[in-house]
Amino acid sequence: MREMRDKLVSRVKELLADGSCDRVIGWRAGEFCYDVTPEIFTADNVDEMIFDDFCGPNQSKYLVNAPKSDDKKIIVLLKPCDSYSYNELITEHRIQPEKIHAIGVPCTGMVDIDKIRAKGIAGITGIEEDEAGTMLTVHTIYGDSTVAKKDVLEDRCYFCKGKKHVAGDEMLVPDEEAPDTPEAGDRMAEVARLEAMAPQERFDFWRSQLSKCIRCNACRNACPACTCRTCVFDNPASGVSAKVNVNSFEENMFHIIRAFHVAGRCTDCGECSRVCPQNIPLHLLNRKFIKDIDELYGTFQAGAEPDVRGPLVSYTEGDAEASVVLRREN
Amino acid sequence: MSSCHEELIPKIGIVTDVRRDTPDVKTFRVVTPDGRKPFEHIPGQCAMISIPGVGEGMFSITSSPTVESYMEFSIKKAGHLTSFIHELEPGSMITIRGPYGNGFPVDTELKGKSLLFVAGGIGLAPLHSVIDYCLAKRADYGEIEVVYGSRSKDDLVDIQEIRDSWEKADNFKMHLTIDRPQEGWDGHVGFVPNYVKEVNPSLDKVALICGPPIMIKFTLQNMMDLGFARNQVYTTLELRMKCGIGKCGRCNVGSKYVCKDGPVFRFDQLDELPDEY
Amino acid sequence: MQKIAVNDLDRLYSAIAQAMRLYLPVEVAGEVEFRPYDGAAKVRLDALQTVKSAKDAFFPISEDLMKFHKEQKSFTIEPGKELDEDFAILGVRACDARSFSILDHVFLTEPRDGFYAARREHGIVVSLACSRPEETCFCQTFGIDPTNPEGDVVTWLADGNLYWEPKTEKGQKLTDLVKDVLTDAEDVSAVEKQQASVRDILKKLPIGKLNLDYFTSTDQLEIFHRPEWEELSQGCLGCGTCTFVCPTCQCYDIRDFNNGDGQITRYRCWDSCMYSDFTLMAAVNSRKTQMQRFRQRFMHKLVYAPLNKNEFSCVGCGRCLRKCPVGKNIVKVAKKIGGDAQ
Repeated sequence: MREMRDKLVSRVKELLADGSCDRVIGWRAGEFCYDVTPEIFTADNVDEMIFDDFCGPNQSKYLVNAPKSDDKKIIVLLKPCDSYSYNELITEHRIQPEKIHAIGVPCTGMVDIDKIRAKGIAGITGIEEDEAGTMLTVHTIYGDSTVAKKDVLEDRCYFCKGKKHVAGDEMLVPDEEAPDTPEAGDRMAEVARLEAMAPQERFDFWRSQLSKCIRCNACRNACPACTCRTCVFDNPASGVSAKVNVNSFEENMFHIIRAFHVAGRCTDCGECSRVCPQNIPLHLLNRKFIKDIDELYGTFQAGAEPDVRGPLVSYTEGDAEASVVLRREN
Repeated sequence: MSSCHEELIPKIGIVTDVRRDTPDVKTFRVVTPDGRKPFEHIPGQCAMISIPGVGEGMFSITSSPTVESYMEFSIKKAGHLTSFIHELEPGSMITIRGPYGNGFPVDTELKGKSLLFVAGGIGLAPLHSVIDYCLAKRADYGEIEVVYGSRSKDDLVDIQEIRDSWEKADNFKMHLTIDRPQEGWDGHVGFVPNYVKEVNPSLDKVALICGPPIMIKFTLQNMMDLGFARNQVYTTLELRMKCGIGKCGRCNVGSKYVCKDGPVFRFDQLDELPDEY
Repeated sequence: MQKIAVNDLDRLYSAIAQAMRLYLPVEVAGEVEFRPYDGAAKVRLDALQTVKSAKDAFFPISEDLMKFHKEQKSFTIEPGKELDEDFAILGVRACDARSFSILDHVFLTEPRDGFYAARREHGIVVSLACSRPEETCFCQTFGIDPTNPEGDVVTWLADGNLYWEPKTEKGQKLTDLVKDVLTDAEDVSAVEKQQASVRDILKKLPIGKLNLDYFTSTDQLEIFHRPEWEELSQGCLGCGTCTFVCPTCQCYDIRDFNNGDGQITRYRCWDSCMYSDFTLMAAVNSRKTQMQRFRQRFMHKLVYAPLNKNEFSCVGCGRCLRKCPVGKNIVKVAKKIGGDAQ
């Protein structure tokens, strides 16, 4: 990982030096090993940039509000899964690729500190990865522990889309030479499990999850598909603006409405679930839409390429009539 | 303990009169359901007015404390709440709570002084209360000079009262101006900050300024050029408020809460605070 | 001091719950939150922290202030009901226990907040000493002793028992209520042993004691204009996570909910100074950029609160360190702006 970081920084330095680019959205080390922060670096401080197992945040959305410059490009670092969001933002005209230099960076799965804590490991002061990148030694104020990296990845990494980048002006490492991404499970299996539940059981599952929501808006603010200038929930004229969930109905509706708003555009990047302070599996709402879209209109991956009209915003005579194909069972 | 007064629960107010001052400013007269003034106040203090179901907002009280039977508010239509307020008619019910804020020190620091008022547009509203108060207690103050300007003659608030009452008052100088020449206007034309310089008020006056931030900025600059000191000039700030009692956390300028420590500040006081207003 | 075996804790919970509503840390869909005890709940006293702090018990995420009943063009106002029943909140850690007095200094200064005052009057705080502090803990910065928290009753989980010590009149009343399930603890050496070992751990905490002197000895304008705010705030999502998990954040919004049948509820709810509409007026916004909003949050906690209330608005619970989705937190601010920790 250290090697990859050095390679990345030296490539970024070249780009900053040749005058084509003047800033890069990178990651800054935190107080601990895990509280990494996205930040804009310039030639002056690019040496402080890190790249490791905790660089989870999807940078693509930062491009929407990053300071604009007329003549110089901004460098963005895209992990394979981030590259889908990048394409989708281009499709939606939220970013201008000609003003961006996107570097594809490899990823072997990002570590979720909460998963390490969930193993009963407390007081974490440092984490080291072994040569092979498979085992992590966790230093704590109570002593050292060892965990397998594959057991403590972010949820989304268990459904990795693979090492292929779908966008990027250059690759730090050619995709075919990049280290392997985590083994991916069937991302629709959990959706299918929810679909198989009786309605009451499914309702109870979501009520229990959504009752934790504190309406912090982290999911919305991190979501690369949520780029409205004024969100309907912030607009007093919309009639549905709200700061908190005053009742369980609002707890449910906020997330369901958000899932509707990003349907067909969600690339399943998993930022919503990653940022949720309550670890609500919000991505499952989005995946349900993706599964339905796949089944109704044929497999579609939002962001697989730029400037594609997705099934929900295009019409063909052969389109399925959703209300005919999907009948409520009770 | 639990029976303590609940500050956030308002009284009912009845709108008894609505006057259109300008194309986007209306003045609302408010009384309690039994026909009295909602509460006593000091010039420059504010009240929270709400339309249930729409929202609540802080407005400066335009009428003078010396008015015994009602309270008036001149309100500019600017956003969601004020759009609804502009739909109110005589007989409409609203809620009102207050008074909030410190108000102008009319009975202490301003007493016995000659006063200069500088206002732009709807900025006359909070000063109106002070001017009427001083006129009601005329002997307590020296010369009163008012410089008031607006975009056009149609945007001058309270022009009727200015013509009928203020301009006829003792030891009172009224200077009106509008931004651009306009048919039917033979008065002064030009921006308020420059007009203040032309008027060249005497330096013994205490000044009270209210208007758009940019007007305040340039007026203050010109007054400094004239020789006024920053501790001789007061202004009143407007920030977003929800509680009015220094608890909801949004109207602060540095460590001071505008709803409680303000809205009236002297510029030497503001100089010690971050310029987030 | 009294005690009850950990295996018998359900007897204690039900004894309290029979007399009054009891809030305690409960596992909900994988996360631990203060929730009312209902017998079926999976109580998690072992968890160091709930996601949200315990402030909900006194300053809930939303509460109805009043109702308007509309008839034609008129309406009547029905004031909200202040709490008039006792309740207990058990398992409050030392940091959260301290946060109540910080909230008191806001809500109980004149004009007092009646809704909050009523909850404080009726709430009985049963705190729980920490046995396993984490790297994110820095409560010692604020003179908090996690081995000996504040509270009406203080408890310690040690040696397979919950040790119980009433500290106030309220705490004694609660103790009397549950005296049948408690036994006298003549030997309290287990508590003392735990306190000693935790104190050793406290010395090892990487950010345990921050030096915040800069913030109380420097003019607010100088701190406000420090160039580091720009870099510190970069990447901030503008979400409300830090404010909503914070035990001392107390900003609120007041909103109306029109349910369409002539009844309008005016409620108060948590708000966040990190939100773009926090200071937005029809035409202007006094804090336009995320940098300004970010700066406001930390200026409030580290500078304005000490100026106005003579105390920092932080208790060192570390929730913002654990929960910010992009790794922003008060410790980074304190170190970058205020120099290094001691």
